[in-house]
Amino acid sequence: MRDLSFEKALAELEKIVEKLEGGDLSLNESLALFEKGVKLARYLREELQKAEKKVEILLKDEKGETRKELFELPQEEESSASEKDEDDLPF
Amino acid sequence: MKVKNGIYPEKVYTVSEITRLVKQALESTFPLIWIEGEMSNFFRHHSGHLYFTLKDEASQLRTVMFRSEVKQVPFEMKDGLQVICRGHLNVYEPRGEYQLVVEVVEPKGKGALQLAFEQLREKLKKEGLFDTKFKKKLPLLPKKVGVVTSPSGAAIVDIIRTLERRFARLHILIYPVKVQGEGAADEIVEGIDYLGSLADIDVIIMGRGGGSIEDLWAFNEEKVARAIFNCSVPIISAVGHEIDFTIADFVADVRASTPSVAAEMVIEKEQSFLERIGTFEKQIISQEKYFLQELKSEVLSLAHHKIFQNFKIKLLNLEQKIDELETKAWNTIQKEQQKIGENKSSVILMEEKIKNNVKRMLQNFQGQWEKLAAELHNLSPLNILKKGYTLCWRDEGQRLVRQIKEVHIESEMIVSFFKGEFTCLVKNVDSNKLIKSRLSKEER
Repeated sequence: MRDLSFEKALAELEKIVEKLEGGDLSLNESLALFEKGVKLARYLREELQKAEKKVEILLKDEKGETRKELFELPQEEESSASEKDEDDLPF
Repeated sequence: MKVKNGIYPEKVYTVSEITRLVKQALESTFPLIWIEGEMSNFFRHHSGHLYFTLKDEASQLRTVMFRSEVKQVPFEMKDGLQVICRGHLNVYEPRGEYQLVVEVVEPKGKGALQLAFEQLREKLKKEGLFDTKFKKKLPLLPKKVGVVTSPSGAAIVDIIRTLERRFARLHILIYPVKVQGEGAADEIVEGIDYLGSLADIDVIIMGRGGGSIEDLWAFNEEKVARAIFNCSVPIISAVGHEIDFTIADFVADVRASTPSVAAEMVIEKEQSFLERIGTFEKQIISQEKYFLQELKSEVLSLAHHKIFQNFKIKLLNLEQKIDELETKAWNTIQKEQQKIGENKSSVILMEEKIKNNVKRMLQNFQGQWEKLAAELHNLSPLNILKKGYTLCWRDEGQRLVRQIKEVHIESEMIVSFFKGEFTCLVKNVDSNKLIKSRLSKEER
């Protein structure tokens, strides 16, 4: 599951920040952490971009087979507004 | 016909006759009554019919409740329960006994559903279904969210709108169910089982909008509770409003007070993800910058030291090189830092640049630095001092002592280690003693 690696990567990035802030590193270590941190940040941003928007609803036919269809929200705000208008009429 | 006392009865009934008359009188007088009492001698026949006795301090009344009515009772009936029963009196002719045929049972003092809720909550709690150790953690960045609710209710609108507002790209899969009435609990169970069986669902929201306790009842049913408990995917329960608590809420991995809140729990705002990552990134860059500055000042302070005066020209060159490299690296880093602040939309471009430029720059810097550090290392007496040797200074640390003749009794000397130094007063001077004799002593 991708989300787990996202969580791990974020935790790792946080750790790198802590390590760098903690000091006591050789130049090599420090540069390696820096590079890794920048890579992780890039990876995390990419992961955020990856997901695609889709709203689906499962439907069952008579045989009990399921299929997916795109789901659209009812235009609820407009209809309720018009209903309200009607309610406001005095007669 | 004559009897003992000489009184002739006007009418003699057969058992059946009188029983039938009593039956008619009783049943027509009490066609529908409410009776309160304590349940006892509770017995469930395998046919599904129930038999129990209603009693108070002085009397008892037998009752029967038929299977079809028993099914309608949501709570668990048992001895000792104070109840109010509705029904009609009936005479069971074969035995000449009268009984109450119960149609409705209500617990005394509270609603039937309320009692059922309390009983189930107690039971499942004892079984451990609410234990925190079974609660699954919600994923930080779910890719696919399952929703078990009515496709035409208020909940689905709230959930989808909230999710879209927080995170534009999210895959939502709705399993449509009835959320109240006959069969609702079964559909909810199916929905949970189905979505839980899909490999790519990261989290499930299950719920509905507000309503009466009857409306929300499906979420208080035992089978729904067990389906939630057995589901391998984390489930957020969002039933009704803030004040409504259902059994489902207790079993679910997380309880949300409303469907909108459930959606908020599913995913952080995209912006706050980006901010978190950005903050970490800035911290890394500024730490790296700080680290390199520290290193530089350390090297330069060494380079300025008198010890290196003989190598002054060479060191000046070194210093210049370091400065050049440093300036290049910092310029790049600073540029990148500004970009992070200014332009969030071109983050990917920025990443590309950081990766290519800063990395190359730092690698270059690192290579140069290592070369310089190696040179410096070879030049440095500090390398020797690190092993534990000391240097001795006179004239308040102004001059390095190289021969014993520079040392006089009662004069102040400074002895320095690689790290740390001390000042001492000379008590004795032996100009002829060889270091050899002392070393051999130490070995002994």
